[in-house]
Amino acid sequence: MSLLGNFDIAGSALSAQSIRLNTVASNLANAETVSSTAAGTYRARQPQFETIFSDSMQNRQNMGVRVRQILESQGAPTQQYQPEHPMADEKGYIYLPNVNAIEEMANMISASRSYQSNVEVMNTSKQLLMRTLSLGQ
Amino acid sequence: MVISLDNALGIHTQALTLYSQRSSVLAANLANADTPNFKARDIDFKGILRRAAMKTSNPASMKSTQPGHIGTSSTALAAERLYRQPDQPSLDGNTVEVQKEQAAFADNAMRYMATLRFVTGRVQGMMLALRGE
Repeated sequence: MSLLGNFDIAGSALSAQSIRLNTVASNLANAETVSSTAAGTYRARQPQFETIFSDSMQNRQNMGVRVRQILESQGAPTQQYQPEHPMADEKGYIYLPNVNAIEEMANMISASRSYQSNVEVMNTSKQLLMRTLSLGQ
Repeated sequence: MVISLDNALGIHTQALTLYSQRSSVLAANLANADTPNFKARDIDFKGILRRAAMKTSNPASMKSTQPGHIGTSSTALAAERLYRQPDQPSLDGNTVEVQKEQAAFADNAMRYMATLRFVTGRVQGMMLALRGE
């Protein structure tokens, strides 16, 4: 029954969105992680979503979503001149991650809204199924 | 006389199947609201149901007499999924408009419930006739 398939679809979206929330948390947690080299600096991570196309022809409707890969931002890390910092390199520079806190907050809100709408889909599907099970009573 | 459950319940059973299929399509749209290049889809509910109604009401329909024939049974509703025309496509190629999809999903759920009430009514009517109280 297709209504049961809704749980798979919405469930896949829930796990994808929670991975997205995870990367946001990781980015924000590491926003101030100082490094002494540009290469060793933490870079902002973003998940890339893709649609799951099921193989069987009968089941074409079940199109969930999954995280294909987690991409690291290619932007240059912020360079700061702080010669007194214990992590400073020989020229007196420290490197901060290229995490944009405002973007991350917006990303977080978007992810949580998507999560909510998928939970709503699950709730509605559950109600419909329960009503169908008690059919004729 | 054999009571055919399909005839007794009318087109409502097919409508229920179709509503549940449509809810899956809409759920997939909502799940992929953030997927780049995903195109929102929907099914042409009216067209499919009209075709189904014509098949059930018209006894002179085609029959499959050979195993190789393509089935024309009215219960197997082929829900062809069409692409939605977006009002405002996003830059990443995604055409899902979450508010519209949510509205369509809620609308579909309500219609499912309504059809379920009709079926329940028919079943209760049959029960009444069987008991003869």
